[in-house]
Amino acid sequence: MSNEAYLMTEHVLELSSLACRRGGRLLFSGMDLSLTEGDAALVTGPNGSGKSSLLRVIAGLIQPLQGQIRWEGQNAQKFSDNFRLALRYVGHSDGLQPVLSVLENLKYWSQIYGSSQDLEKLNRGLESVGLFELSELPVRVLSAGQRRRLALAKAIATDGRLWLLDEPTVALDRQSINRIETAISEFRASGGIVIASTNAPLNLSDCKVLNISDYHWVEENRVDLSPL
Amino acid sequence: MGRRKSSGFITTLNRDLSIAKREGGEAFLAVLFFVLGALLFPLGVGPEAQLLAAVSAGLIWVMALLSTLLALDRLFQADWREGTLELLIISPEPLPLIIAAKCTAHWIVTGLPMAVAAPVMALLLNLPPEGWLTLVGALLIGGLALSFIGSICAALLIGSRRGGVLMTLLALPLYIPTLIFGAGAVQAAVGGYDSTSHLALMGAITLSSISLCPWVTSAALKQAME
Repeated sequence: MSNEAYLMTEHVLELSSLACRRGGRLLFSGMDLSLTEGDAALVTGPNGSGKSSLLRVIAGLIQPLQGQIRWEGQNAQKFSDNFRLALRYVGHSDGLQPVLSVLENLKYWSQIYGSSQDLEKLNRGLESVGLFELSELPVRVLSAGQRRRLALAKAIATDGRLWLLDEPTVALDRQSINRIETAISEFRASGGIVIASTNAPLNLSDCKVLNISDYHWVEENRVDLSPL
Repeated sequence: MGRRKSSGFITTLNRDLSIAKREGGEAFLAVLFFVLGALLFPLGVGPEAQLLAAVSAGLIWVMALLSTLLALDRLFQADWREGTLELLIISPEPLPLIIAAKCTAHWIVTGLPMAVAAPVMALLLNLPPEGWLTLVGALLIGGLALSFIGSICAALLIGSRRGGVLMTLLALPLYIPTLIFGAGAVQAAVGGYDSTSHLALMGAITLSSISLCPWVTSAALKQAME
């Protein structure tokens, strides 16, 4: 049943009338977005407008106030197995263990994500973010930019199908940003979907731009708040 | 849709153990506290062998509870701070399995060395030798329960600044049954009675905490991410 629905819609990821409330404030509502293989969406908006919250809602870390996230035609909140196998979320924190080495950190996540633990593949992932020479160093001696790159390498080297990147370019120099842009376009070419939130220039060819401010609560009754 | 083979338990166990190894002494502070705390009692109570022998089983168990508490902070705090925990929550691996691995690693680093150090303390506190084997056995089994039950409290208190004090208030009442049966088993053995019933009841506590606590902890962790 779900497969038919998927074939009919063709969209791999669908957000329908998504709304999110944080700390008593409605951040956005009525958010619709459909993405198919190779698509990318850039989430923009001023600080505190809800870019990170949107990504956290999609990732399943925050319950949406309203609306649905569908992955391959299935409700991603209820039937999360496939969705989570595909999902690679890179949040504000890098999610790295300081005393373990660069390679050990990457290896752990490739095991958790159930992707291949082929050493060559992991090394290639590190190479693509320029960390291959540092693979034996413990993460605690890395700079903020290097940690960020390693956090992104966890997505790059582990066969995900959906990347949610929260401010991926923070602390990165121009050369690293170029590397990330290359990685993103290669990922899209192989059928991956990317949603990135950013205020910094991030050059993605042919992507949808989602300005959170367009979904701010304006009309009365757009969302029924009474049960809360 | 075939479910892939899950390797999250072993992977996470290995990871947490190698972290504890790299951090060296820090991870084993709890065991040191366990031994030092027990050393203070003969000094405070005076070297009256009879008196020490009567209270030693209870003392060793109370010290075991307190040292486990001391180490509970470490269970999720670092992973939470670094953002690893939120990634684990949305990872394809079942969260309770990962929590069970973390509790097991916690036990290997705190509970297991405590059980190993217990005979030394039994000697210092003049516990009659008939109780030693039961003491080690009870600490081995009970230590697992302490780590698993403690994980609930550690998860509930994630991110709170007064975590340490609250942890004590929250966890100690939950530890009472383990304490009663643990100390009871040793007392029984020392008195020449059969300690099997105490150990069996404690085993039941341990088994139910292993099977239930990871789910409760997982709910608490998800709540903490909201």
